[in-house]
Amino acid sequence: MSATVALPGFTDPVGEAQATFRAVLDAMARPGRLNRVGAQLTAPAPLDQATAAVLLTLVDNETPLWLEPLVAAAGDWLAFHCGASIVDMPGNAAFALALSLPDLEALSAGSHEAPESSATLILQIGALGSGTRYRLSGPGLREPTLLASNGLPADFAAVWQRNHALYPRGVDIILCAGTTLTALPRSVSIEEA
Amino acid sequence: MPDAVPPEQPHAARRRWIAVLARSDAAELCERLGTLPAYRVLRGPEAGLVMVRGRTGGGGAPFNLGEMTATRCSVRTDAGCVGHAYIAGRNERLAELAALTDALLQDPTRQNALMEEVIEPLAAMQQARRDAVSAKAAATRVQFFAMRNMRS
Repeated sequence: MSATVALPGFTDPVGEAQATFRAVLDAMARPGRLNRVGAQLTAPAPLDQATAAVLLTLVDNETPLWLEPLVAAAGDWLAFHCGASIVDMPGNAAFALALSLPDLEALSAGSHEAPESSATLILQIGALGSGTRYRLSGPGLREPTLLASNGLPADFAAVWQRNHALYPRGVDIILCAGTTLTALPRSVSIEEA
Repeated sequence: MPDAVPPEQPHAARRRWIAVLARSDAAELCERLGTLPAYRVLRGPEAGLVMVRGRTGGGGAPFNLGEMTATRCSVRTDAGCVGHAYIAGRNERLAELAALTDALLQDPTRQNALMEEVIEPLAAMQQARRDAVSAKAAATRVQFFAMRNMRS
């Protein structure tokens, strides 16, 4: 398994994981704000630096991970550095990694008793800051804010509305592109702008 | 613990050399390796705790005996071999050298030479050290049957 691991993880595992965690925390608190990930990291193909840093920070042996088939090439690297078990069924995963929006209803949305047990989707897209514009509003946003992104499907606002309607259940998304990330917690409502 | 590993176990040879490396000394190992080839550290060396478990009498229910410090390291040589090391204690230099030696030993072109120059001498030294300790301990052995005989 590890015979194909060719790349190291964080150079400074504690400091870089803390900095990345802070970036994810800020992104969740202020949906749509772009946060830069400063980690010195060579990410394995096809992952971007931000995606790899988020995975190294959040995923460990207690969080089953589901991989979209397109990112299976990075599976060995993730298994080695995160120690995560890779699951076949998206419904069993605590984290899901994808390059294109998967069926959100296949991911665990948690239960009314334990909504925090839902899955978090780490979605790597083409670009953040340019492309289709969405208007976000909800907790953490005093005024509606705009998020531009390139790589979300055309019907994303409708798909998200079904996820948002499950609140307090639902899936959270961390969007990553290059060295930038932002988050869409389940509480935010999204419409096309 | 004996060095001999039953041959039916997979990776028996690798298990043996990893065990020898884990018990070796960083300075000794470095001296025997000579010039180190180029390599890249994949993970560590990093110290952590591992839970040591035991079984009463070797066959009872497992219980947690206590935690011990261990250091692990993984390296990749430029030839593409990945080596791992888990070392008792917090000797980071030894963990890195042991992982590198494990990687080099997986290269079929270097394996025989390394086994002869590094692993076998280290194994012999460790065996000699163990024998010396056993001999010392054996000298102070109390023969309880003699006391039993005296009482009867």
